[in-house]
Order: sequence, then C-alpha cells, then structure tokens
Amino acid sequence: MKFINYLQSITGISIFPLIALIIFTVFFTAMLIYVFAMDKNTVARISHIPLEDNLPSSSFNDPLL
Amino acid sequence: METQTIYYDNKIVRNFAFATALWGVVGMLVGLYAALQMVWPQLSFDFAPTTFGRLRPLHTNAVIFAFVGNGIFMGVYYSLQRLCKARMWSDLASKVHFWGWQAIIVAAAVTLLAGFTTGKEYAELEWPIDIAITLIWVVFGLNMMMTIVKRKEHVIYVAIWFYIATWITVAMLHIVNSFEYPIALFKSYSYYAGVQDALVQWWYGHNAVAFFLTTPYLGLMYYFLPKAANRPIYSYRLSIIHFWALIFLYIWAGPHHLLYTSLPDWAQSWVVFSIMLIAPSWGGMINGLFTLRGAWDKVKEDPVLKFMVVAVTAYGMATLEGPLLSLKNVNAIAHFTDWIVAHVHVGGLGWNGFLTFGILYWLIPRIFGTQMYSKKLMNAHFWIGTLGILFYAIPLYWAGFTQSLMWKSFTADGIIQYRFLETVTNIVPMYALRALGGLMYLSGALIMVYNIFRTVKTGVLVANEAAHVPVALPREVSGTREHWHRWIEKRPVQMLVASLVIVAIGGIIELVPTFLIQSNVPTIAAVKPYSA
Ligand code: HEM
Ligand code: HEM
Repeated sequence: MKFINYLQSITGISIFPLIALIIFTVFFTAMLIYVFAMDKNTVARISHIPLEDNLPSSSFNDPLL
Repeated sequence: METQTIYYDNKIVRNFAFATALWGVVGMLVGLYAALQMVWPQLSFDFAPTTFGRLRPLHTNAVIFAFVGNGIFMGVYYSLQRLCKARMWSDLASKVHFWGWQAIIVAAAVTLLAGFTTGKEYAELEWPIDIAITLIWVVFGLNMMMTIVKRKEHVIYVAIWFYIATWITVAMLHIVNSFEYPIALFKSYSYYAGVQDALVQWWYGHNAVAFFLTTPYLGLMYYFLPKAANRPIYSYRLSIIHFWALIFLYIWAGPHHLLYTSLPDWAQSWVVFSIMLIAPSWGGMINGLFTLRGAWDKVKEDPVLKFMVVAVTAYGMATLEGPLLSLKNVNAIAHFTDWIVAHVHVGGLGWNGFLTFGILYWLIPRIFGTQMYSKKLMNAHFWIGTLGILFYAIPLYWAGFTQSLMWKSFTADGIIQYRFLETVTNIVPMYALRALGGLMYLSGALIMVYNIFRTVKTGVLVANEAAHVPVALPREVSGTREHWHRWIEKRPVQMLVASLVIVAIGGIIELVPTFLIQSNVPTIAAVKPYSA
C-alpha cells in the first residue's frame, strides 16, 4: 500500500500541515517583530553582559546606559 | 545597590580544561594511528584491539565526547557563573559531573577496544554506559538550571540559551536513540529495525553533530569571542534570530545522511531544511567575524583571536559545504567518498579544535592569575595547526573526487572499469598526506600542552574567584518596554520547554510516519527476534 494511505488513517490529518505552518509562521513573525522592535539601549546593555564579571549590568535605571 | 561578595568556582573549570587537553591529545593520537593504517595496513599488527574497525569508533568517541565534551563543560562552567553572577549551584554536583564523565570515557575506551559495540555510529556504547550517560547528563542539567535560577542578573544572555537547548535536545536524542533490548551485560539490540532504525539513527547522528559539535560551541563563541576581543557581540538581534532559526531547522536535517537509500523519497525531501540551514549558520559566522570589525590590528597581535577567527571561518566553510552536500546531485558525488571525511574534519579540526584552543589560551592564564608562558609557542601552534588542517583536508577532497570518478567509470562495453581495490591504492598518497596533516595538527596540540604546563607552574590556581554581586536580583524599573521574548529571556525553565517543543515537533513529524507503517518491519511468526 502507498504511504499516503497510512497518513490518511490518522483522523484530521489534513489539518496538521496547516497547523504546523501557522505555528511556525506566527512564531517567526513574532520573533522578527520583537527583534527589530527591541529597545536600542536594552540591546546595548544585554550585549555588554559578558564583559562584566563583577557588578551586574542589571539595573535598567543605570544612568550610564 | 547593596552588594555581596561571592566566589566563582574555578577549580571545576580547571579540571575540565585539563581533561579536554588530555583527551584531545589521546583522541587525535588514535585518529593519527587510524590514518597511518590507511597507508600501512600492517600497522594493525593483526591484533584485534588495534585494528581499524576498533580504532575508528574509539577515535570518534574520544574526540567528540571526551575532547569536545569536556571542552563544552569547561566553557559552560566558566561562562555560566559569570553570566549569572552566581557560583555553580552545587559543588558536589559539579564534582559528580566531572568524575562521572571521565569514568564514562574510560569505560567507553575499554569496551570499544574490547570489541563491544551497538554498531550505531556515534552511539556505539553499550546499554550500561548509556544509562550512566543519562544519569550524569541529568546531574549536569540540574546543576546548570539551578544556577540559572539563583542568578543575580535578569536577562539570560544568548550563550545560555544555546546551553539550555543543547542540554534538552541531547537528552531527547540520547534517550530516543538508545531504546534497546539488553540481552547480556554488554550486548543489546536496538528497539528499531529497518528504515525506522536508519531514520532514528541519523536523526540522532546528525543532531549529535548539530547539538554536540555546534550549538554548545556557538554558545561558547557568543561568550568567549566578545570576551577575548573585549567588545560586545556585533548584533545581539542577529543572535536571537540565529538561535531560534538554527534549533528549528537543525532537528530536521538527519535525512541528508540517507540520500539514495531505501528511506522513502518523501522522507528524503526533508533535506530542504538542510539547505535552509545556510542562512542562520552564516548569520552566526557573520555575527562572530563582525564582532572584530575595526579590531583586525588586535587580531594580528593576539593568538587567541587568531584561533577564534580561523574557528569561525571553518564553521562558515563547513556550513556552506554541508548544505551543498545535501543537494542530491552533489551528494551523488560525495557520499561514500573521502569528501565527507574532509567535511567532518574542517568542522572538527577547524571549528571545534581551534575554538577549544583559543578558549584554553584565554582562560588558563586567567584562572591561574598569570600570563601564558610563551606567546611564540602559541603562534607556532597556530601556524602548524592551520597548516595541519590544510594538509588534512585538501588531499581528502582530491581523494574524494578521484574515488567518485573512478567508481563511475565504465568501459565501452558498459562494465565497471576499475576494481574497487584499484580505487583505494590509487589514493594512498593522499592518505599519506592526510596523516602528515594529522601529525602536524597533533604536534600543535602537544606544543599547547607544554605551554599550558609551563604556564600553570608559574601561577597559582585562583580556586575561588571573588566577585561583587547584588544581594537581591535588582528590580527592573517599570516602564521599560516588555515584550514576550523579554519574558522568556528571564525564565530558564520556560526557555527549556520552548526549545524542547521546537525540537520535539521536528522530531515527531520526521519520525512518526515511519512508525505508522507496519509494513516497514516485516515479521515472520516462526521467528522470534532479539533473543540470545
Ligand atoms: C549547515 C550545516 C551543515 C549541513 C547542512 C551539513 C550536511 C552534511 C551532509 C549532507 C553530510 C553527508 C552525509 C553523507 O552523504 O554521508 C554531512 C556529514 C557530516 N557532517 Fe555535516 N553539515 C553541516 C555542518 C557540519 C559541521 C559544522 C560539522 C562539525 C562540526 C559537521 C560534521 C559532520 C559529520 C561528523 C558528518 C559525517 C557523518 C557520518 O557519516 O558519520 N557538519 N554533513
Ligand atoms: C590529529 C587529528 C585527527 C586525525 C589524524 C583524524 C583522523 C581520522 C581518521 C583516519 C578517520 C577515519 C576516516 C575514515 O573512516 O575513512 C576519522 C574519522 C572521524 N574523525 Fe578524525 N581525526 C583527527 C581529529 C579529529 C577531531 C578533532 C574531530 C572532531 C572534533 C574528529 C572527528 C572525526 C569524526 C566525526 C570522524 C567520522 C567521520 C565519518 O564518519 O565520516 N577527528 N578521523
């Protein structure tokens, strides 16, 4: 028997690819929107985390940043 | 802000650092021995443990799980504490992890040489060792997650995401692939058969490459490259895209190892994901290299950066080559030939090896409160190592093309022109050059071991390094823009679950259809499989 027959025996299989596509489109679109909307200072602050072993860079109200 | 003094555990970092150097030399020595046998087969001395069939898995297990494995742990234990501004959660867990992993390595070496194997590539170890790996992996994961939980820094830096995704994915791969029926202390049969077995094996095998040789090392790159260059990563935005796109695509890529096999065509078509992988991979390489923009004068001066630049470049080469190899027409040339072995070692020697060396050179003097003993020797290592990679790879590309052409030559009557042995003897000179390349690369590693040995003697281990961190996790000022991704950036467990969901969806969609086909596994009533 052709493989397709086995797939067809799963109830509601036809919706699977659609669900998968929607999940991933939503996920990646949301990610891209988020990434490009990220606040510039936040980005700068986060990327400095590895450079500081000691005092945390965590205070968002840090006037230096 | 109220601060307190805590101490980072450098002893565990040192232990893993020494282990990676030691096993690196051992693993490469075995590789060199195997390479020499391809020139002088009599070197097997007709003694079973020193034959190619036993040395080869010993080499791959040693370099992947002992050399790169300890390299991962060294880098994770160093960077995680500093990124979290917290000591590792439990010193005991760190110790158990370290000694457990070394015991597994020794057990692996002994059993492989004694001829015990499951026959599954990169998963050759028999079931008792599989169980031990699972337990030690859990100890590592627990130690890591608890450290993240008790951190004194809001944001979980991108390097840690790579560690988390690595941990959960390797756990999933190892457990699913290791389903087996034990029939004796050192003999088991895989739960899977036929095309299922092939698909599960390469879903695992490929992702052993992706989630053991690649994602953890990318995490290390995102920490140690900025550190060594003393400048932030080129684009943090790009690193977020890099992360999600990579773990989403990688998990699907297994079938590119099974092109032209009896794996059904529809399953082979997953290779589109392998081709798409070029995008995030090069995104990562560019992110690494651009971090050094405007600092190339520094690169010329600093051997650590030189090692890292070659490592990231080799990553770029291997990930350009990989998607090409996934194209069916290219794979028709390359598969079964030494081209694949060249591809593997551009990744292994260039990317994993050189990044490990760069990190060792950066980290050893720091935890020993001193300077590297000799910069000259570092440069010598760099050059002999780089030449070693070239001497390793170029002859094998040549050999690969030669093999492919010879295998496909027909006489006018349509008969295969060359006997197989002729295609082998024809490329023996290439194998000799490859062995020379391996010897050079190994010599470089030995120079490093000597240099580190001298360095360590001039310094004293700062076993507990003081750091000033806030008493409580500082509150974020309200009003900063909150995004859903910011939400996840602060929640390690949710991050772990999200990563698992992404890779599990990929795995399930890829594997489940073959489980549904009963006809894949023909059974004969009279035959009782899997009994001793
Ligand atoms: C975008 C990334 C990559 C893709 C799409 C890719 C693709 C491939 C393909 C198509 C093969 C050949 C399968 C065959 O015909 O037998 C292969 C083999 C291999 N690659 Fe890659 N590759 C990538 C990156 C890497 C990197 C960075 C490394 C190492 C650090 C690596 C290590 C390996 C290994 C070890 C094998 C041999 C597996 C075996 O047959 O034992 N690959 N890869
Ligand atoms: C001195 C350095 C090294 C030498 C001389 C060497 C030599 C070899 C040889 C002779 C083989 C068998 C090839 C065959 O079956 O035709 C091999 C396979 C392999 N080596 Fe190495 N190796 C070295 C370093 C490394 C490193 C550092 C890594 C990874 C981090 C690595 C990963 C592998 C892998 C994954 C395979 C299996 C390839 C496949 O299945 O296609 N090797 N190596």
